[in-house]
Amino acid sequence: MIQVWINGKEWQVPEGLTMIQAMWHTGHEVIHGIGCLGGVCGACAAVYRMPGNFHLYNALACQTLVKEGMSFSLIASYPTQRAHYDIETIPDAKEGLFELYPESATCRNCNACTEVCPQGIDVRTSVWQAAFGDFKGVAETTMSCVMCGLCVSRCIAEMAPHEIALYARRAYGSRELPFPENLRQRIEAVESGTFDKELERLAQLSPDQLKTECGVK
Amino acid sequence: MTSETSSSSNPYDHLPSFDPEDPPPVVSPEREELLRRYYPDYRPDRKTTLRVGPNKGEVIPDEIASILESRSLLGSTAMSALPEVPDTEVDLLVIGGGGAGIMASIFAQQAGAKVLLTTKLRVGDSNTVMAEGGIQVALGDDDSPVRHFKDAYRGGHFTGEPELLSVLVREGPDVIAWLVKKGVLFDRDPSGNLSLRKGGGTSRPRLISAKDYTGLEIVRVLKEDLMNSGVSIWEFSPAVELLQGPEGSCAGAILRDVDNGTLKWVKANAVLLATGGTGRLHIGDFATSNHFGATGDGLVMAYRMGAKLLNMESFQYHPTGVIYPSEMAGMLITEAVRGAGARMFNRFGKRFVPELETRDVVAAAIIRECEEGRGVRTPSGHHGVYLDLTSIDREMGEGTVEKRFPNIVKLMGKHQVDCTKQPILVYPTLHYQNGGIASDVSGHTSIPGLYVAGEASGGVHGKNRLMGNSLLEVFVYGRRVGLISADEARNRKPFSWHEVSLGHVERFHRELDREFPGTPLSEAPVLFPDYRKHSHHASS
Repeated sequence: MIQVWINGKEWQVPEGLTMIQAMWHTGHEVIHGIGCLGGVCGACAAVYRMPGNFHLYNALACQTLVKEGMSFSLIASYPTQRAHYDIETIPDAKEGLFELYPESATCRNCNACTEVCPQGIDVRTSVWQAAFGDFKGVAETTMSCVMCGLCVSRCIAEMAPHEIALYARRAYGSRELPFPENLRQRIEAVESGTFDKELERLAQLSPDQLKTECGVK
Repeated sequence: MTSETSSSSNPYDHLPSFDPEDPPPVVSPEREELLRRYYPDYRPDRKTTLRVGPNKGEVIPDEIASILESRSLLGSTAMSALPEVPDTEVDLLVIGGGGAGIMASIFAQQAGAKVLLTTKLRVGDSNTVMAEGGIQVALGDDDSPVRHFKDAYRGGHFTGEPELLSVLVREGPDVIAWLVKKGVLFDRDPSGNLSLRKGGGTSRPRLISAKDYTGLEIVRVLKEDLMNSGVSIWEFSPAVELLQGPEGSCAGAILRDVDNGTLKWVKANAVLLATGGTGRLHIGDFATSNHFGATGDGLVMAYRMGAKLLNMESFQYHPTGVIYPSEMAGMLITEAVRGAGARMFNRFGKRFVPELETRDVVAAAIIRECEEGRGVRTPSGHHGVYLDLTSIDREMGEGTVEKRFPNIVKLMGKHQVDCTKQPILVYPTLHYQNGGIASDVSGHTSIPGLYVAGEASGGVHGKNRLMGNSLLEVFVYGRRVGLISADEARNRKPFSWHEVSLGHVERFHRELDREFPGTPLSEAPVLFPDYRKHSHHASS
C-alpha cells in the first residue's frame, strides 16, 4: 500500500492504480472529471505534487499511476472563452484569428503552456505558428490535443491556446487545403446516380440471392 | 518454448522468439465451429431468456436482460407527481452527446427546429471521440459504394438490413465532404487525395483516418460547431424515463440533473435516442474499450415504452484490447495496426489466425489460444497473446509506427511499454453493441415520435461490424435522422401536457410483477458504472 493525498486528504491505496482508480478505491464517486478513460477526451485534467520537490505537475488522471507521497486534485473544468464563428464563411481566415482571439498575439514566451501539457505538445510554438499564420504548422504541432485546457490554467497572457489551435487547424483544413479530388469525383458519381440502379437491385434481392452475390470478396 | 510464468513475474521477462510463418487460413466449416465454440455471442453460458417486453422469448446476455427487465429509477411518488407544466417544451429532444447526437442536433437546428440536446457527461464524451482507426468510405478507383455494401453485408454474416446499408454507403461520401468543409483534417496522400487504408474483412482499402486520433479530430470540430449552433445543451443531465403521449406515442422525457438530483420534465414532439452502447455493463466480465457512460440507457427506456430491439444477443469483442499492464485493461489497440502489418503470436511465438480476418474470428481465435493453454499469463492471472507492431517498422520503414499511431505509442509509453520495440499483450475487449433499437432508414422506431441513431440502433451491421462502418453510421444517420425527426416534429399534430403520462412505465411494472412475483429486480437505467463496489483492486 502507498500513501497518497486526494483533494488534500490522506489515503492508503494499492500500487498500480491510476489516479481515477485510486479515487474509486477510496470510495469517491467521480462524475465531473471523467469521460473516455482512454486518454483522449480531456475530461480528467489533474494537478499534483511529489514530496520533497517544489515542482507542480499536470496529468490526465485516467492515464497516470499514483506514486508514494503523491498529492493530487482533479481540475474537472477550467473557465474558457470560446469564439463564435462559421469557419466556412469567415471572410479572411488569417485576420479572423485576431478578430476572434485578439490575445493570441500577446504570448510572452514563458513556455508554461508547453511545460504543463499532458500530451507533450509544444504549445508555445503552436501559439506563435498561429500568430504568424502558419496554420499548417499548428495542425501538425497540436494534432494530439485533447482540449483539457490545462494550458489555459497557466497562461500569463490569459489566452486559451487549445481554442486558438482548434481555430487554426480548422482554418487550415477548411480554407487552405484543396478539397480532396478523390472525394469530389466520388460525390459527382454518386449524385449523377451511377450506383443507384445496382444498389436498388441489391436491396430487392431475396436473402439467399443477396448472400450469393455478396459471398465472395 | 517458454515455460508457464509464475503469477508474480513480468510477462515481458521471457519473450519467445516470433516465428513469421503464415498462420493457417480459417475456412468453413472450421470457421463456424471456431465462432460457435469460442465467440461469447454463441456460447450458451451467461444467457437469459427474456420474459417481459417486446422481445420476450429471446435469449440475450445476463447483463442486458438485467437492465431490460428492471424497474424505474423513479419512486412511486415521482411517478405520480407529473408537474402542472413541463420545465421546457421543444420540437426535438436529442438524448446523448456523442457523434450521432451532435450531428442530429446541428442539422435539426439548421432546419429550423427548436432543439434540446441532453447528455449525462459533457458534450462529446462518447465512444465516437475514442474512435482510433478510421471511417469506411469507398473512394478508391477500383472501389464503389456497391462494393462497400457487399463487404459490409458479408462482414455482418449476411444478417444486416440491406436498406439501412444501402443508405449508409450512398450517403457516406457526402457526409465526409461536409466534415472536410468544416475543417476536419483527414490524412492526405501526396497528391492531396484522402489516404485510404486497409481494414479487416474488406476487399479494398477504404479507411480514411486522422492518424489514430480520428474520433478526437472530428469531435473537437463538431463540438465547437454545436456550441455555436444555438442548440440548447444540458450537460450532466441523463434521461431517466421517456414520457408517453397520445396513442402510445413518445412525448418527451424526464431528465435528472446529477449535481442536484432535480428532475426536469421535457415535452417534445420528437425524441431521438443517441445514447450509444453498453460496454460499461461488462458483459461476461469482459473489460471494455468504451467510455464511462456506455450503459445502454436508451435501450432500457425504449424497451419499457414497447420499442422492438434487434440482434440484442450480438456484441463485438474487439480482438485487441490491452490486458497488461492491468490498469490499462480494455483499452483498444486499433485494428489499423494489423492493416499496416502488425502480427499476433501465442506464447510459443506462433501466429495462429490471419490478422485481417473479421473481428469475431480473430477474437474467437485469441480466446481459443488462451483457453487451450497457449496464452501468455499476466501477473493478475489473466491471459493474452502478443500483438507485435515491430514488423510494421521493419516492412514499411523505421518510424512508421510512431508516425501512423502516435496515440498508441504515447499511451503505452506512459505505462512503460515501448510498442515500437516490444509487443503489446492483448485479449478481446467488449467494444461495440452490434444490435440495438430496431429502426427504418429514417430512424423511426416502432414507437411514433421516438427515433434512434448511432450505436443505440440495430440493423446496419447485422451480427458483426467491420471496422470504420460505425463511425460512418454515426455521421450518416445522425444527420439524416436529425433532419427527418426535426421535420416530422414540426408537423406533428399538437397535443397537450394533460395527455402526457408515465402509463407505459406503470404497465411495464405490472408486467414485471406478474412475471417475477416477489423477486427483487434491479433499477435502470444504470447511468454510471460503480467501480467503488467491485473494483478488482479493492480486495488486493
